[in-house]
Amino acid sequence: MSEANRFGSGPVQSAGSWHKYFFTGAVVLLCLWVLVPIYLLLVNTFSSPEAVASYPKKAFPVVDTESLKFFMNYAGVGQALWNSIKVATVTMILSISAGAPAGYALSRFDFRGKDTFRVLVLMTRAFPLPLLALPLAVMYIRVGLDDSVLGLAFVHTTLALPFAVLITYSLFSGIPIELEEAAWTLGCNRFQAFMKVIFPLVLPGIAASAIFAFVISWNEVFAAAVLTIENRTLPAFLLQGLSDSPLHLKFAGGAVLVLPALLFIFMVRKYLFSMWGIANR
Amino acid sequence: MAEIKIKQVAKQYGNTHALHSIDMTVADEEFLVLLGASGCGKTTLLRIVAGLETATTGEVWIGDKRVDQLAPKDRGIAMVFQNYAVFPHLTVFENIAFGLRMSKVDQAEIDRRVEKTATLMHIEGLLKRYSGQLSGGQRQRVAVARALATEPEVLLMDEPLSNLDALLRMEMRAELKSVLAESKTTTIYVTHDQVEAMSMADRIAIMNGGKIVQASSAVEVYRNPAAHFVASFIGNPPMNFLSAENAGDGWWNVNGVKIKGPNSSSKTLKFAIRPEDIVVHGPSGNGSAANDDSLSAGVRILEPLGSHLLASCKVDDQLFRIVLDSDAKVSPGDTLQWSPQPDRVRWFDPESELAIN
Amino acid sequence: MYPKSLPYLLLLPAAVFLCLFFLYPFGLVAWQAFVNDSGQFTSDFFVEMSSHWKFNTAFTNTLLLALAVVPFQICLALYMATLVNGMKRGRDLILYVWTIPLGISDLAAGIIWLAIFDQTGFLNSAMQGLGFIDQPMSLLGYQSKGTIFLAILVAEVWRATAIVLVILVAGMGLIPKEYYEAAEVFGAGRWKRFTKITLPMLKPSLQTAMILRIIMAFEVFAVVVALGGTNLPVLMGEIYTWQFDLQDANVAAAYAMVILAISIACTLLIMWGLRTPKGARV
Repeated sequence: MSEANRFGSGPVQSAGSWHKYFFTGAVVLLCLWVLVPIYLLLVNTFSSPEAVASYPKKAFPVVDTESLKFFMNYAGVGQALWNSIKVATVTMILSISAGAPAGYALSRFDFRGKDTFRVLVLMTRAFPLPLLALPLAVMYIRVGLDDSVLGLAFVHTTLALPFAVLITYSLFSGIPIELEEAAWTLGCNRFQAFMKVIFPLVLPGIAASAIFAFVISWNEVFAAAVLTIENRTLPAFLLQGLSDSPLHLKFAGGAVLVLPALLFIFMVRKYLFSMWGIANR
Repeated sequence: MAEIKIKQVAKQYGNTHALHSIDMTVADEEFLVLLGASGCGKTTLLRIVAGLETATTGEVWIGDKRVDQLAPKDRGIAMVFQNYAVFPHLTVFENIAFGLRMSKVDQAEIDRRVEKTATLMHIEGLLKRYSGQLSGGQRQRVAVARALATEPEVLLMDEPLSNLDALLRMEMRAELKSVLAESKTTTIYVTHDQVEAMSMADRIAIMNGGKIVQASSAVEVYRNPAAHFVASFIGNPPMNFLSAENAGDGWWNVNGVKIKGPNSSSKTLKFAIRPEDIVVHGPSGNGSAANDDSLSAGVRILEPLGSHLLASCKVDDQLFRIVLDSDAKVSPGDTLQWSPQPDRVRWFDPESELAIN
Repeated sequence: MYPKSLPYLLLLPAAVFLCLFFLYPFGLVAWQAFVNDSGQFTSDFFVEMSSHWKFNTAFTNTLLLALAVVPFQICLALYMATLVNGMKRGRDLILYVWTIPLGISDLAAGIIWLAIFDQTGFLNSAMQGLGFIDQPMSLLGYQSKGTIFLAILVAEVWRATAIVLVILVAGMGLIPKEYYEAAEVFGAGRWKRFTKITLPMLKPSLQTAMILRIIMAFEVFAVVVALGGTNLPVLMGEIYTWQFDLQDANVAAAYAMVILAISIACTLLIMWGLRTPKGARV
């Protein structure tokens, strides 16, 4: 994507310098639009509870970790955090171990039913998936999965699986089949060729789609709130306490929710496009 | 080192026939080139021998082993791919050693064989590099070295030079030929480049529409094309064709001139002659050697190509090319008087498109 | 070369999973919405749902929010995408900054904007600091539905424009730059190139982005709860209320069918409106 200088560069530019200033101004403004709200949340997070409740607010805080400490020690937070990590990890494992083989099959084979499967995957995009939690809540009680990590992870996997399939599909498609064929002619069977040649090459991409699955689960609120009661994940826990908890608790909770997600998105930024580039067609 | 036997191999994709019942034997130590335009089935045939594709029917034998049901790894083959397929996550050394490691060769032997093939391909200085640090030509050498290191019975090459630029291709062509002659490996080599095919092959198998049209030496396919397709495909420019009508007793009427040809009962034949096998008597009106036996050709376009002058003419309203000396004094619009070198004329049946002797 | 069953074996886990946790539950939810406890087909739950005083407000609010947010986001993302494509240096950095909200959940986005719109928040502080107001206004209170709506709108635009941006930038990357050069040679200016090449060629991406966004917009929930509590009812919030506070899974399912119906209707509408003839794609 780096050679895509479509509007600014090109051969001869006749546009004046006012255009350049306008362009830079717009870019800076849009960056501020994204960053300032996050900064303000962090200001609140790193202020003392008193400062969070005070008025008017200051743009630069006196750094104080009292709010964060209060939040981390608040009853149920530790458990919710741990639940979130457990659910997200299971989601990650499930969606990759089911999604990657499917992505490989889609990229390497022609077979009857391939299009049906692709439609099924793409169809998940056209349905409001969190609603799945409603009937599953009933079903789970019957099979004993209610209020469980695994039950919620199943729903989150439904959210993450289509992405895992599409990302791995584009990853495998990006690796020339000749590499695999060369390995076959050099003495590998299919599995050996995959492990020795394909797997090392797709590993970073697989890791990225695993992280992506983790973030999807980490961020999901509705299904988590519907399906868990005692074993709340962090978003569900925060949602439940929204109406009655003090401000500094909300902001600290928000920050704890946001920061890991930001880190993860930073790690997978290279792969954000591969999944949509392929999904457009 | 083994013979390859292909017996009635056919390949069908749905309703389209990619290969029609191919029968061919490649002798031990032979260098066979499969030549044809894209889509003629040459790569499919190669991949069936490799085991990368399954034939719909037929058998493939390597040596005295039937291999068409075996996986590629059990066929004793090695293959060089058009885009090289050098593993990007392995060094050149590990690439060359890949096949040896798969067959559990011990480390000392691996070192020796990698060293030997790398030296053969002149890449002994690159062993620690990754494919991203190599040029196209170097990658090509790695791919060949990797294939040769396993000391295969059969070497299969799929357009290995087509991604190189023209100069490098010529250099690699000569080098590959000498390396392969030395290794004495039975080789099937696929290409669409006739110069490449003619310069390297012991035998050329020309394919068209999923069939092998002719399989002979380079000179033979050039001189005695077995079919209209071969005549129009081999040679640059290819053969000229004119329609000929039966004038009885083995004489044929070509554009109003009688030429001695084969005895045949058919009404028409195709008369064929290579552009360089034509004797020109000079422009008409010059009064020189023009005689009753000569045909006339109206010059349309002249292409001075250095070594010769190529004249595109019209004879009997059909395109007709003549190779002239670079110093010939001709201009567009002239009419040339010419006659064919009698021993170089070939005849084709317009129905079967096959040559008539 | 490979057993015929291999691709199916590889697909099996994902296919089984999607059938079990995607197709089957959707069947179940429809069943819950249309069939009562004694197993008879009934429209009672829909009647109960639509006769509830909050239904109309929730329905209108959801629809209005979607209609206000999505077109605005598409335009903003288009503008951002053209800006990004016009960059020589720093493209990757800017793109990363602009896609940050992609990793932020709707709940967190609601909390982030709560820090701004709250009565003691940064917006009031800033306005007072600049002398526009004398004392903080209640922006998210029971009385101020208009400002709640605006706050939700801002938070949604802030949070979910990134996904549209990613789709559109990816789509623009697929348009060969020769087309632009050709258009430029024929004398097309910046704007003409945008309307005559970028927009038509981007149709499939626009389609994907709009479908995805409109469905997400109908699911709006946590942002609303974080900013407005129950002051501004939306469909998804009503589902939550019926499921938990009123313990009536059937009516909740009826609500789910409503969301599903408008989602499918909008998807079909967008697919029809932005259809590209076969063979006219990049």
